[in-house]
Amino acid sequence: MPQMNMVQALNSAMDVMLGRDNSVVVMGQDVGYFGGVFRVTDGLQRKYGEHRVIDMPIAEGGIIATAIGMGVNGLRPVSEIQFADYIYPAFDQVASELARLRYRTAGDYFAPVTVRVPAGGGIRGGQTHSQSPEALFAHICGIKVVMPSNPYDAKGLLISSIEDDDPVIFFEPKRLYNGPFDGDPNKPAIPWSTHPKGEVPDGHYKVPIGQAEIVRPGAEVTVITYGTLVHVAEAAAKASGIDAEIIDLRSIVPLDVETIATSVKKTGRCVIVHEATRFSGFGAELAATLQEECFWHLEAPIERVTGWDTPYPHAFEWEYFPGQARIIAALKKVKAGV
Amino acid sequence: MPSASRLHVPHPPARPGEQADFSYLKLAPAGSVARPDTRAPADQVAHLATTLVRVLDENHRAVGPWDPHLEPTELQIGLRHMMTTRALDDRMQKAQRQGKVSFYIRSMGEEAVSVAAAMALRPGDMLFPSYRQQGLHIARGRNVMDLMCQCLSNSKDMCKGRQMPIMYHWGGGNIFSVSGNLTTQVPQAVGWAMAAAIKGEDHIAATWTGEGATAEADFHHAMTFAAVYRAPVIINVVNNQWAISTFQGFAGGEQQTFAARGPGYGIPGVRVDGNDYLAVNAVTQWAAERARTGAGATLIEHVTYRAGPHSTSDDPSRYRPKDEFKSFPLGDPIERLKHHLIALGAWSEEQHRALEQELEALVSEQWKESVSYGTMTEGPSLDPDTLFDDVFKEVPDHLERQREEMRKLRGA
Repeated sequence: MPQMNMVQALNSAMDVMLGRDNSVVVMGQDVGYFGGVFRVTDGLQRKYGEHRVIDMPIAEGGIIATAIGMGVNGLRPVSEIQFADYIYPAFDQVASELARLRYRTAGDYFAPVTVRVPAGGGIRGGQTHSQSPEALFAHICGIKVVMPSNPYDAKGLLISSIEDDDPVIFFEPKRLYNGPFDGDPNKPAIPWSTHPKGEVPDGHYKVPIGQAEIVRPGAEVTVITYGTLVHVAEAAAKASGIDAEIIDLRSIVPLDVETIATSVKKTGRCVIVHEATRFSGFGAELAATLQEECFWHLEAPIERVTGWDTPYPHAFEWEYFPGQARIIAALKKVKAGV
Repeated sequence: MPSASRLHVPHPPARPGEQADFSYLKLAPAGSVARPDTRAPADQVAHLATTLVRVLDENHRAVGPWDPHLEPTELQIGLRHMMTTRALDDRMQKAQRQGKVSFYIRSMGEEAVSVAAAMALRPGDMLFPSYRQQGLHIARGRNVMDLMCQCLSNSKDMCKGRQMPIMYHWGGGNIFSVSGNLTTQVPQAVGWAMAAAIKGEDHIAATWTGEGATAEADFHHAMTFAAVYRAPVIINVVNNQWAISTFQGFAGGEQQTFAARGPGYGIPGVRVDGNDYLAVNAVTQWAAERARTGAGATLIEHVTYRAGPHSTSDDPSRYRPKDEFKSFPLGDPIERLKHHLIALGAWSEEQHRALEQELEALVSEQWKESVSYGTMTEGPSLDPDTLFDDVFKEVPDHLERQREEMRKLRGA
C-alpha cells in the first residue's frame, strides 16, 4: 500500500472527490495556483482547473459565506481557513448561518460545506498559529466537528466529511502533517512511513464520522484524546508502565459516547487530554458525560491534562504544551485514586 | 482654523416635533439620466451612482431612456402585487396588535423595491432577501396564507415553528431563507451566483439589504467577491433612510451615496428612485442583463422611505417627525403607479377602490383559514417532537436521547 504523510493523504482525499464528483470545489486563500501554504492542495488546480480549485481573497467571512451560497446552489465546497486562529471573522457565517440553515428552513435548504482548518500547537506558532478552538464549534448545534490523528484517518474522514450533507469543521493538527509527534521537541522528527497509519489506499474509502478508535487497548486507565496528543499519550502510557487504554475520539461532534463509556466502565479511571485551554474546553463536556454515564464505575476523579488557561505563548511553548510528563503524572494520580 | 480634530456625530435633519426636511436628498428629474450599454465597465458609468434614475414624471408619464415600455396589463399585475403586499402587511399588523402573532415587520412604502425587481427577473433566478421584501414572495405567486401560517407558527408553518414571524423561505420559488443576522445573505448570494457561473448556467442571484446593514463586514465581503469573480449577482441596497432609530448618515450616507460604493470595488452603482415602479424594473433589467451576459455584478441603491415603524416593537415618533413620510419627495410607490396607469387610460379610481376591497377580502379570508391551522395559543399545533429534527440531516444519538427525555417530561 502507498505511504503518505498527512498532507499527501488530505491531498489525495480532495483529489479523489474532485475526480468523482463534479460538484466538489476546493476554495480558500493560496489554495489554487500555489497549492496551499502547507501544500495540502498542491497540484489540484493544475489537474482540475481554476473553476474547481479557486484562489480567494483574504476574507474568512467571505470564504465561508460564498461557500454557503455555493452549497445552496448544488455544489459541495471544501473551503480552507489558513489557520484555525483566523476562523473568527467567519464565526457568524458558521454559527448563525451554516449550522442553522437546514433547521431554520425545516430541511428545504442546506449547504454541505466542509471547512478545513489547520489547528494545534507544538510548532513555535505563538498566539495566532497554534490555537485549538474545537470547543467553540462543538457548542454550536448543527455542525459536525472532526480531527484526525494520522494519514489514514485524515483521508477517510475528509472523504466522509465532503460526502456528508451536514456541514463539517475539519481540524487538521498541523504538527502531525509530516510525521507523528510524541511531545518531545528535542528528538529528531519521525516520518509517517515509520507508522502503520502512514499506509493509505490510493482510491476512495471512508472513515465514519462519529466513531472513536481504541488505539491502544488497556485495563487500568482510560485516556481520551484526539489530534496530536494521541501520539503523546501513547508515548506517555508506554513510559509510565501503566496499562492505559487510549481512545482517539476522531469525531468531537457527534461524540461516540458508547466507546468511551464502555472503556471507562471497564477501567474505572479516566484521563482526558487536549491541547486546548481547560476552562470550558471540550474536556469539560467529556468529564460531565462520563460522570453521568459511568458514575458508579468510577474509582477516582476524572483528570484533565490540557493547555493552561492562557493565550498560547511563543517562548514557553513546552511549558504550555501538555507533554508526556504531565500525562504520566495524571495517569499515576488516577491510578493511585487520590 | 481649529487646532484639533473634533468627533463628528451625524444628526438626522429633523427630530420629533420638528419640520421634516429632505433637502439632503439629491434628486434628478425623470428621464434626465442616460442609459448606458449593459456591458459598460464600472468606470464608464460612474455618474449613475450619484444621480437618480427616474422614469415617472410629475404628470405620471413614463419618460426618458430608462422607460422599460411595459404593457399596461403587466403594470396592472405589478400594481396588484404591491397592493396585495400592503393589504397583507395591514392585516398582519392588526393581528399582532390583537396578540395573534408575536411580531411583524411591514414594508409600507417599499413595495416597489421588491415587486418591480422580482417582475424583472426570471423564475430560475435566486432571491436572497432581508426581512422587508415580502413583496418578492407575492410577486412570485405565493399564496399569502403560506406567509400567514409562518407568522402564526402553526401546523402549516414552512419553518415548523422554528423561526420568528416574517423569516420566510420558499424552496419551490427560489427564495432564500431570511436570517435574523443582518447582511449574511449578501455574500451568500454572491456565492450562489459564483456557483451558477462555475456550472455555466445563466441563472443569476439578487439580494437585498438595508442601508444600515451595509455597515456590516459581510457587505464588504460581498462586494469584494462579486467584483473579483465578476459574479452574476445584483446587490440591492434599500436606502429607506432609517435603521430602526438610526438615520442613514450613521451607515456612512452623509458624504456619499450608497451606490457610490460600487465603483470603488469596480462594480457599477446605480441610484434609483425606489418608489418608481418603472425605474426599479428598468434598472433591475439592466443589471440582470449585465449579469446574464458575463459583465458582472451591479450595486443598486433604491432611494425610498420606511413609511411604517421598524417593526411592531418600534415607535418611530420617539426619534423622527410623525408625518415625515408625507414630505418624502418620492411619494408612495402604489399611488404613483396607480396614477401612471390612470394617465395611460388603463386604470381608474373606481377600479383601484374595487381592487383594494377585493384584496382586503381575500386577505381576510386567507387569514381566517390560516388561523384554522392553529395559532400560538390554539391548536392544531406542531408536534414538539419535531424540534429535534433537521438540526442535522439524520437525528444523532444525543438528540434522540434528548427527545426521549423531553417526551417523558411532557408525559407523552
